[in-house]
Amino acid sequence: MNRHLISAGDLSLDDALLILDTADELDLVAERPVKKLPTLRGRTVVNLFYEDSTRTRISFEAAAKRLSADVINFSARGSSVAKGESLKDTALTLEAMGADAVVIRHGASGAPQRLAGWVRGSVVNAGDGAHEHPTQALLDAFTMRRRLGRLDGLHVLIVGDVLHSRVARSNVLLLSTLGAEVTLVAPPTLLPVAVGGWPCSVGYDLDAALPKADVVMMLRVQQERMNAAYFPTVREYSRRYGLDADRMALLPEHGIVMHPGPMNRGVEIAAEVADSVRSTIVEQVANGVSVRMAVLYLLLGGSGGR
Amino acid sequence: MHAANQGERGPRPGGPRLTPRRDAPRRGEEQRKTVLEPAEIRRALTRIAHEILERTNGAADVVLLGIPTRGVPLAQRLAERLEQVEGRPVPAGSLDITMYRDDLRLRPARALGHTEVPTAGIDGRIVVLVDDVLYSGRTVRAALDALGELGRPRAVQLAVLIDRGHRELPIRADYVGKNLPTSQREMVRVLLTEVDGEDAVLLSASPAEREGS
Repeated sequence: MNRHLISAGDLSLDDALLILDTADELDLVAERPVKKLPTLRGRTVVNLFYEDSTRTRISFEAAAKRLSADVINFSARGSSVAKGESLKDTALTLEAMGADAVVIRHGASGAPQRLAGWVRGSVVNAGDGAHEHPTQALLDAFTMRRRLGRLDGLHVLIVGDVLHSRVARSNVLLLSTLGAEVTLVAPPTLLPVAVGGWPCSVGYDLDAALPKADVVMMLRVQQERMNAAYFPTVREYSRRYGLDADRMALLPEHGIVMHPGPMNRGVEIAAEVADSVRSTIVEQVANGVSVRMAVLYLLLGGSGGR
Repeated sequence: MHAANQGERGPRPGGPRLTPRRDAPRRGEEQRKTVLEPAEIRRALTRIAHEILERTNGAADVVLLGIPTRGVPLAQRLAERLEQVEGRPVPAGSLDITMYRDDLRLRPARALGHTEVPTAGIDGRIVVLVDDVLYSGRTVRAALDALGELGRPRAVQLAVLIDRGHRELPIRADYVGKNLPTSQREMVRVLLTEVDGEDAVLLSASPAEREGS
């Protein structure tokens, strides 16, 4: 494995399977009375969050703590970043504090890549702009494998706001490595221009695509990032691309519904769908901790770290 | 795991280049000596099973935990023998110790083995750890740490197929299949049908670079 995890596209099939298999074993730790392993004792993991996040930050924090690492949480708000400190100066500060790994979330695509050039420790991308969110893709793949028993040959639909979604990009890259077939379904305005180069197919009709999908992953409509009119009204979007109970009934019997969260209930996913037995949304959160433990262990646990 | 049992890699300056691989025994490796034949392994395990029965009052509260990779099939075989003699099943499982090793930082992060504790748990029971080779004792130390986080056994005992000496920690085995005096340059390899397709214990001269086990 590389020293950093910046893009899901950097993972080879062997790397990806190693992470998933390791996560499978580490998942058992969650069931034990003592949910702790001594493996990263004395190592420092910094959570560097320039954007708000609850589940990802908490998930990384829980993962690092279960491995006995020391965790420093750093959020841009209320720190020297608010006073205008640059990413590089912040990075050098972290470096001076001896961070073995930096988990970074940043609004600008490519920030983790830049950071990786400045620090000696490992950099883990926890979401950069509309670029990538590789650990989310890993936990999604992990959840699919848990529920459906395999990844190779699975038909996965990713539906909705692909344009603003780092989750979609990471998932497309990772799932294609793992042998799944991905189809993006979205209004043309919410697809990136370069989507033709992604290893997936593209469709515009959700109802037509659902019957042969093993997995349907609904993306959040990221209204906070939308500075133009991408669709006429939320209601119209929801009618054409939202997943309600009637649409869910089109899925094959074993089909599952995923959502990276946070959800806009009633927009891209109906409340009854989100709470149905087919929905893996809560599982995804639990699996996130195991997958992030696996990533931190594989990056920091051996001599590859610092 | 257990690379040390098999000896490890890298040519010794001046010596013949020999890179022993653990999973695929190479034909024509120099000076390889068979220490135990399949029948001897069978007899050793049967004897260990009887010793366990004697020392634990019929294995009433015994849980066997094999240390991956080759401790696991050994624990299964011991469990079968205990059941044959006592007529009731003895729980057997596996205990991966990778996350508790003291040499993790010396090598790239390794894949984890599988931990499976029998549903009855280990609290208040006699846990018999099972491994193929006892060498430095570091694997067993890691296993004791791992065990402590899974529960509180009444007692912990250790069964190994081969004790090759050279302990680096105050640890000894309760049940030993064969004591095998070795030099640290030598390499002991245990092959088991479940993992390697055949049963044998081999001893060969090797440019073994020491490493914990």
